[in-house]
Amino acid sequence: MASGQDTEFLVIGGGVVGAAIAYGLLRRGRTVRLLDEGDDAFRAARGNFGLVWVQGKGAGNPGYARWSCAAARDWQGFADELEHRTGTDLQLQQAGGMHLCLNDDEMAARQLELDTVASRIGEPYPYEMLDPAQLARLLPSVGPEVVGGSFSPLDGHVSPLRLLKALHQAIDALGAQHEAGVRIDDLAHVGGRFVARAPNHVFEADRVVLAAGLGNALLAPMLGLEAPVTPVRGQVLVCERAAPFLPLPTLHVRQTGDGSVQIGDSKENVGMDDGTSIDQLSRIAARAVRCFPVLANVNVVRAWGALRVMTPDGLPIYEESPTCPGAFVVTCHSGITLASAHAGVLAAWLDGGERPAHIDTFTADRFHVQRS
Amino acid sequence: MFREVDASRLDEAPACHIEVDGHKVAVREGEPLAAALLKAAVIPMRHSVVSGEPRAPYCMMGVCFECLVEVDGVPNVQACMTSVREGMTVRRQHGARQIGGQA
Repeated sequence: MASGQDTEFLVIGGGVVGAAIAYGLLRRGRTVRLLDEGDDAFRAARGNFGLVWVQGKGAGNPGYARWSCAAARDWQGFADELEHRTGTDLQLQQAGGMHLCLNDDEMAARQLELDTVASRIGEPYPYEMLDPAQLARLLPSVGPEVVGGSFSPLDGHVSPLRLLKALHQAIDALGAQHEAGVRIDDLAHVGGRFVARAPNHVFEADRVVLAAGLGNALLAPMLGLEAPVTPVRGQVLVCERAAPFLPLPTLHVRQTGDGSVQIGDSKENVGMDDGTSIDQLSRIAARAVRCFPVLANVNVVRAWGALRVMTPDGLPIYEESPTCPGAFVVTCHSGITLASAHAGVLAAWLDGGERPAHIDTFTADRFHVQRS
Repeated sequence: MFREVDASRLDEAPACHIEVDGHKVAVREGEPLAAALLKAAVIPMRHSVVSGEPRAPYCMMGVCFECLVEVDGVPNVQACMTSVREGMTVRRQHGARQIGGQA
């Protein structure tokens, strides 16, 4: 029943979000227990696309644009330190990223979106709209149907699986109490401390961070918090390894450090179903071939679905419980891009430091507006 | 997907020839390319794209993707899922296949 020594922090969720936070807290000298669910969990961290991505984010919320840009700027240093600690190559390439447009309407919408962010962000926001000739110089294999695209020098990509592995290696090396196969079903605030219960386990800590992805929806209300998150499925295709042909990632097609081509381009509201469907996979493949006709004779070797963790407005929630101080909820749908911030300034806030100004508006009370 | 194999009559299938890395190899028409290459001691059949280590057919049933070869100019063909036919041209692959260029 008892479960090892008590820790200052209990982090519930061992995906990229929870692991990055645990890593950040451990670097600050805190004692941390990280609880990870079983292999039957819905693991966004193991199904995602691996972009470190800024362009287009935050058109409706300049704070989110600033938060994403700051995280992207910190990514190389974050990766360097993690690689140094673990010896795991994260395959980070951050020489810019491209969003491709297949008609003039898409191009106009893209320009408007990026112009909007640039006008509101209140800091330099580097991006360029490229014509086909400019595009072809950066991505020689784009097809004739591509009418243009947007380029951001802050964007890039990383192996999400190597990132998750490295974070787990690093937190283990830093002495985390790391428990796998634990699904917390009860949380309580007792005498100023937090008690988390799972079948055959009880854990206690001074502070608790809920980073359980879709699981936060059930856990947060137990500590006076809210996490109205729902699943949005994305489907991904992976093609056989090939010699390098794509020097930069695009929003929907990237070539991994091992040469595989990963393709993803779907958003579906299908509940807790992380399967795949032929109609979506064929649509995704067809658009990828229009963007890169050379993919037409490349073999697909795997496909999967994964569930994004989405709030009603798509923005994160970072909040301390008003009724149970020391309990925090963290949820976002860009756990890769934001990992550097989660391990850095966010962990400092969770550890009693100042709340980062960029995340001022990311509390759940924004969802309480009365509907007319 | 499945077809019956009468093992006692395998050697009666008509003989034919394929070309492997420029060498003529005698095979039995219709036999799996991976089996034909193993019989002809075409080992290793390729090298890992990631580690460069030598590879040979492993599962012989289309699952492991260890037996990839280039067949008639098409890269990364699963040899165990391909039946030989007269005149087939097979090349062993070194490194990753090309996309949008010549292998």
